[in-house]
Amino acid sequence: MIKIENLHASIDGKEILKGLNLEVKAGEIHAIMGPNGAGKSTLASVLAGREDYEVTAGSIDFDGTDLLELSTEDRAREGLFLAFQYPVEIPGVSNINFLRTALNEIREYKGQAQISAKEFMAMVREKSAIVELDSKLASRAVNEGFSGGEKKRNEIFQMAMLEPKLAVLDETDSGLDIDALRIVANGVNTLKSDQNATIVITHYQRLLDYIIPDFVHVLYDGRIVMTGTKELALELEEKGYDWIKESIDA
Amino acid sequence: MAGYTESELAKDLENQEYKFGFVTDIESDTVPIGLNEDIIRLISEKKEEPEWLLEYRLKAFSIWKEMTEPEWAHVHYQKPDFQAIAYYSAPKQTKKYESWDDVDPEMKETMKKLGISMEEQQRLTGVAVDFVMDSVSVATSFKEKLGELGVIFCSFSDAVQNHPELVRKYMGSVVPMTDNFYAALNAAVFTDGSFCYIPKGVRCPMELSTYFRINAGGTGQFERTLVVADEGSYVSYLEGCTAPQRDENQLHAAVVELIAMDHAEIKYSTVQNWYPGDKEGKGGIFNFVTKRGMCDSHAKISWTQVETGSAVTWKYPSCILKGDYSIGEFYSVAVTNNYQQADTGTKMIHLGKHTKSTIISKGISAGKSQNSYRGLVQINKGAHHARNFSQCDSLLMTDECGAHTFPYIECKNPTAKIEHEATTSKIGEDQLFYCMQRGISEEKAISLIVNGYCKEVLNQLPMEFAVEAQKLLAISLEGSVG
Ligand SMILES: Nc1ncnc2c1ncn2[C@@H]1O[C@H](COP(=O)(O)OP(=O)(O)O)[C@@H](O)[C@H]1O
Ligand SMILES: [Mg+2]
Repeated sequence: MIKIENLHASIDGKEILKGLNLEVKAGEIHAIMGPNGAGKSTLASVLAGREDYEVTAGSIDFDGTDLLELSTEDRAREGLFLAFQYPVEIPGVSNINFLRTALNEIREYKGQAQISAKEFMAMVREKSAIVELDSKLASRAVNEGFSGGEKKRNEIFQMAMLEPKLAVLDETDSGLDIDALRIVANGVNTLKSDQNATIVITHYQRLLDYIIPDFVHVLYDGRIVMTGTKELALELEEKGYDWIKESIDA
Repeated sequence: MAGYTESELAKDLENQEYKFGFVTDIESDTVPIGLNEDIIRLISEKKEEPEWLLEYRLKAFSIWKEMTEPEWAHVHYQKPDFQAIAYYSAPKQTKKYESWDDVDPEMKETMKKLGISMEEQQRLTGVAVDFVMDSVSVATSFKEKLGELGVIFCSFSDAVQNHPELVRKYMGSVVPMTDNFYAALNAAVFTDGSFCYIPKGVRCPMELSTYFRINAGGTGQFERTLVVADEGSYVSYLEGCTAPQRDENQLHAAVVELIAMDHAEIKYSTVQNWYPGDKEGKGGIFNFVTKRGMCDSHAKISWTQVETGSAVTWKYPSCILKGDYSIGEFYSVAVTNNYQQADTGTKMIHLGKHTKSTIISKGISAGKSQNSYRGLVQINKGAHHARNFSQCDSLLMTDECGAHTFPYIECKNPTAKIEHEATTSKIGEDQLFYCMQRGISEEKAISLIVNGYCKEVLNQLPMEFAVEAQKLLAISLEGSVG
């Protein structure tokens, strides 16, 4: 699905990603953990094509295409989705209108016909149920006045609507109470198939009790320094990131 | 947003170079350039006007001669040479059109280019269009249906001929000729415009719509619009503008007067799209307009405007809240791009008790443009328990443009309640990135964000107009984020 090799990226001349390697195959869920400031959100932004970041070396193959050659919107249209750590508010633009515009742009890119209003509304009803999102929120302005938990649920709702090949969830669990966490995790699990893949960025292993990862990676100082299974997450929780630091420095 | 399709928008974006920039080659009947009493007599004679109107014009002219053109801190332009303008230009066709078939084919072609084919308009929208081309109305539709209700909707010239008592009574009653430089000029040389009268208790069943258009080169356009809503009546009036592409600046100085009697309501909507000048700031229309409404008790006047055109815009639709419990509203979106300058706003004059006004102004500045909001809320002594709410937001698309807000409040009654909110924001990189990460192109993302920002205003427009306004916003802001 995605193969990242020797990725170097910097912002304002400061190198943040320093030779990152990661491969995710269809049907897999990967967790990326790591201390604050390790570069997790940077990785998500670079994948999505945020202009502020400069990729200085490395390659990213996304299902056979060179991801780095694509514009931000074309990456999304090719099936890359980013659930933001801090979803922005867009006053006056309803969620519904926003999603219909997005969906139609993706469809047009793929040479498909525009979605009919009826079909679209049926889809909204079905998908909002997955994350138990109040249908009223679907017609409110994008994230405007949403609580922290509602914003995160709205991200997963959008993911459900856009049906990406690869979803990157950046700290989707932060700020969620246990019920909301369960709902979000349940949504992600429902959307999982052998055709798509998910990268879950988190620094609590709590989420991984609900979304069971196939692999757990530790991102530290701009590199993946350790890869394991769910047990690695438990170990990290127990020993903290200093343990990683010591084992690398050693 | 839901109203327009992507292919439509894409098409619009393709010909973003002013799409109505063409000149119709119809023989015009133009008076010599310059302005003096003889010219005014000639205009009046050509229009076969009654003596009182000629006197009115001459008086206005003598007042105008004594006035000086106002200076505005935030608007800079080459002042028009008033002696280099031809003050009258009518398509050389004295015959009045009895039916649509009689209309000059070339004129029809013009309308088609404007996208307002009469047949379509009539069939699809039920809008009665009084099409003003070069100051003379060439077609009036739906007259019969309106006639049954006693609604009068005709060109100003026709009103002068057929309803002189109404015109004489109300013309200049809200915007006197002494009001300002441009209003005085208009009163002296106006050539045509629209007149509308809604009788007592009648709810006008359709939107009344007028399309204005400047055609012959070098002809200034001086329209007058007079809307009189008698007691308990209601009317929604639409004004839309397009103008052909020109090299020299063209002056436009209209006067619009609204009269809402007891319990009457007038909704006046404008989508203004005069030629703004090219990317270097050359050409374009100078738009100096005086718009004012007078409310008797329990009456309501709403001005809604979406301004995207003109090189220079100077415009303050205002309400005089004379009657107790009357309501004035002003909803405005003003977009400036490239070298455009807009100085717009409103005046709410509270005279009656329990009068209420609402001002929602959304300014969007792009390129190197300057966008100013100038508003006055005046609560007079007798206006007990008056209320005003004002919200003035500015959105900046680049670092080179400017937004200025000048809210003036004069309050002479302690029982008044006045609220004012203002914000300035730059279009958010984060918002754009968020949209684009969902597969939305940058252009469409801008249009989405801007339309969201203007929603409170766009919601006030009738459906068809709202769609048009959204397209205009998208066109005028194409490629404007910096
Ligand atoms: N504009 C910037 N200029 C310089 N450094 C930045 C900028 N933005 C982020 N960083 C730095 O990049 C590093 C990685 O940040 P981030 O990817 O957000 O970490 P994480 O998501 O793992 O907590 C941090 O040290 C942060 O301070
Ligand atoms: Mg982060």
